[in-house]
Amino acid sequence: MAQKAMPHDLAPAQEAPTARDDGPGLLTLDGIGVRFGGRQVLNDVSFTLSKGEFAGLIGPNGAGKTTLLRVILGLLQPSGGKVLVAGEQHLRSKQLIGYVPQKLVIDPDMPLRARDVVSLGLDGNKLGFSFPSRQRRALIDQALADVGADSYADHRVGELSGGEQQRVLIAHALISRPRLLLLDEPLANLDLKSEQEIVALLGKLAREHEIAVLLSAHDMNPLLHVMDRIVYVANGHVATGSTDEVVTSAGLSRLYGHHVDVVRVHGRVLVVAGE
Amino acid sequence: MFSSLMMNTWIAASAVAVIAGVTGFFAVLRGSTFAAHAIPNGAFAGAAGASLLGINVIWGLAVFSIGGALGIGALGRKARHDVVTALALVLMLGLGALFVSVSTEYAQETYSLLFGEVFGVSSTEVQPIVGLGVAAVVLIGVAFRPLMLTSALPEVAEARGVSTRKTELYFLVVMALAASMTIPVVGALLMFSLMIGPAAAARAVTARPGVAMALSAAIALAVVWVSIVLSYRTNWPLGFFVGTAGAVFFVIAQLSTNR
Amino acid sequence: MHYLFEPGLLASGPVRTALLIGVVVAVTSGVIGVFTVIRGQSFAGHSLADVATTGGSGAFLVGLNQFWGFLAAGVAAAALMEAIGVQRRRGRDVATGVVLGAALGAAALFLYLGTQQTSTTGASFTILFGSIFVVSADTVPVLIASGVLAILTVVVLARVLLLTSLSPDVARARGVNVRLVGAAYLIALAISVSLSAVAIGAVLSTALLIGPAATALRVSRSPVKAMAVAAATGLAATWIGIVLAYDSYYWPPHGHGWPVSFFVVVLVLAGYLPRPRPVARRSPHEGAECSPA
Repeated sequence: MAQKAMPHDLAPAQEAPTARDDGPGLLTLDGIGVRFGGRQVLNDVSFTLSKGEFAGLIGPNGAGKTTLLRVILGLLQPSGGKVLVAGEQHLRSKQLIGYVPQKLVIDPDMPLRARDVVSLGLDGNKLGFSFPSRQRRALIDQALADVGADSYADHRVGELSGGEQQRVLIAHALISRPRLLLLDEPLANLDLKSEQEIVALLGKLAREHEIAVLLSAHDMNPLLHVMDRIVYVANGHVATGSTDEVVTSAGLSRLYGHHVDVVRVHGRVLVVAGE
Repeated sequence: MFSSLMMNTWIAASAVAVIAGVTGFFAVLRGSTFAAHAIPNGAFAGAAGASLLGINVIWGLAVFSIGGALGIGALGRKARHDVVTALALVLMLGLGALFVSVSTEYAQETYSLLFGEVFGVSSTEVQPIVGLGVAAVVLIGVAFRPLMLTSALPEVAEARGVSTRKTELYFLVVMALAASMTIPVVGALLMFSLMIGPAAAARAVTARPGVAMALSAAIALAVVWVSIVLSYRTNWPLGFFVGTAGAVFFVIAQLSTNR
Repeated sequence: MHYLFEPGLLASGPVRTALLIGVVVAVTSGVIGVFTVIRGQSFAGHSLADVATTGGSGAFLVGLNQFWGFLAAGVAAAALMEAIGVQRRRGRDVATGVVLGAALGAAALFLYLGTQQTSTTGASFTILFGSIFVVSADTVPVLIASGVLAILTVVVLARVLLLTSLSPDVARARGVNVRLVGAAYLIALAISVSLSAVAIGAVLSTALLIGPAATALRVSRSPVKAMAVAAATGLAATWIGIVLAYDSYYWPPHGHGWPVSFFVVVLVLAGYLPRPRPVARRSPHEGAECSPA
């Protein structure tokens, strides 16, 4: 099994990360297919994610990454196959999955401070209203501190920068202690520095909270040091394994259905269409 | 129904229909439907004010319509969804309500300014309407090509030295003139139905500009003629028939193209 | 002060009733208006107002209290909107405008037929531009009850509405029935529009819906504060409008009085006019100014 490089300044001491067998995986997709308007968009998608695994859902734009995430969340019905979260097909408790959607367009006038958004993560899906309590405030403060957003906790969320909003949304998703965290293209529209910070933050949080993370992106490079495994989507199919196993010229050519070259330069990976 | 008195009605209404149809064609093409909502509000205030002062209502309509059009042009696209714009439009209606309520015949007047009143149009009233119509036709004819170019390909137009901003202002003024004619006939609240309905219906049926423009005018004429006949027979208000007929033609056009 | 509070203001029965109705209308519109603006559904509010015109005219025709007409038409339109989908899409503006045109045409018909039957002049005016001074006292309990119902609905749904406005997908993923919540909110909106229509007329009712709410959102960072400020602003505009309308009986032309709705609309706009934005974000380098210990 190929080893992944661990940046030593981030990782606390940890056992060898090969095949965590805590019984059935936390997230299992088995033969998932999706049809849109007569076209088979995704075919026979199967993979498993275990507790503590950090997986990148990588693929070109339009490959079906968002579609796949929506199927896992129960927002989209697959045409075949099943999704199991913690062994159960139909989620009783929606608390198990935390979701950070693609960049939201938030009006600067929206009367929500960063801490209000995080507070909605606790019980925003329930009717009625919650009474402020010291305990509640402490939870929210801690969640904000965990993502480094405490300095702008009282600012309007619509006035924050892209990276700041992303952190707030992550805090929102994590505060209810999910076991699986899904993020849809969190790195798009971020400047390079914010990109690196968010990736490092997610790696740290995943380890600390012992949750599984599935994050979609069209460029795998920012994630190379953090991913335990890659789920590569292209041409309606999926290949999964470690980056070294999956991202090869032969493997991806098979996936895409036409020739592609995988070029590695200075630790970076480029996927280039062939002749 | 075709007495000499009614002839004025037929002439005025037909002129209005053609102008509304042609102007509406450009409005739909350029996506200027906001102006078609906004101009009548100011026009209502202007007409009510003119009536209060004892001036011919048409002048109040024309002045406030053009003023409103220029105001919209100055505000620019971004301000369209602004709260201030929305409140200003409502303010115009409120002003109109004020003027109407302090004048002496306010019941009938509210009604006709908002829902139209074409019957009993005297010869003196027909003249300004037809005059405005001629002016509108001339303005459109002269600027037909720049109007088409800036509507379809704004960047290309700019590159060729045609100012989209000036053309937009020009067109808004034309729309204001068309509004001043249309509102006495169908009322401020229903101007949209006559100006935009037939044009949108025509647009749904054909993409060819010349055909769409002609069809737009034709549908508008049909709407107005049917409405006059039915209104004459039943004594029911013209606005009711115009609003309903406009919607019917629009729905038919949508359904016939959505196979 | 004498010119502001003309003689007999507070002794007048209709004025006291108007002030009371003003409370219900302003608070309901303010609270629901905040969510309307957040959800970007001011367009829906405007459309409901036009349909309310038809309803009010219809009620007038059959001899019912206008409020029932406003309410029935508003709720029916809200249900229809929910079924079709409220989002503002391309071409939807035109379609909605044309359909509303038909509704207004129907209003024209009902008003005409109604005035033929009952020979009451001025009915058009009161339905279109409001009649807060002529609301009979026995209608008041109904108005209050409707207002309370609408406010309660929105308050109970507030959290969920905020989450849904932030991201409908996140809300759905957390098990929220987004459609049902949207439908409940639209019905509360219909009630709010109907109440405003009674006070300042169907045609002008959007002023009380979006004006105070927009003012509140500029200055409030939290949802609760926004609702409170919107209600207070709307209430101020309504009450001052009522007082001025009463006073205007003494202004030219004498004995006639200017419409309440005119004053309310002017005050709402005045309340919104630009003021400087609240204090900018604290600079992240502020701490560096302090000298090290």
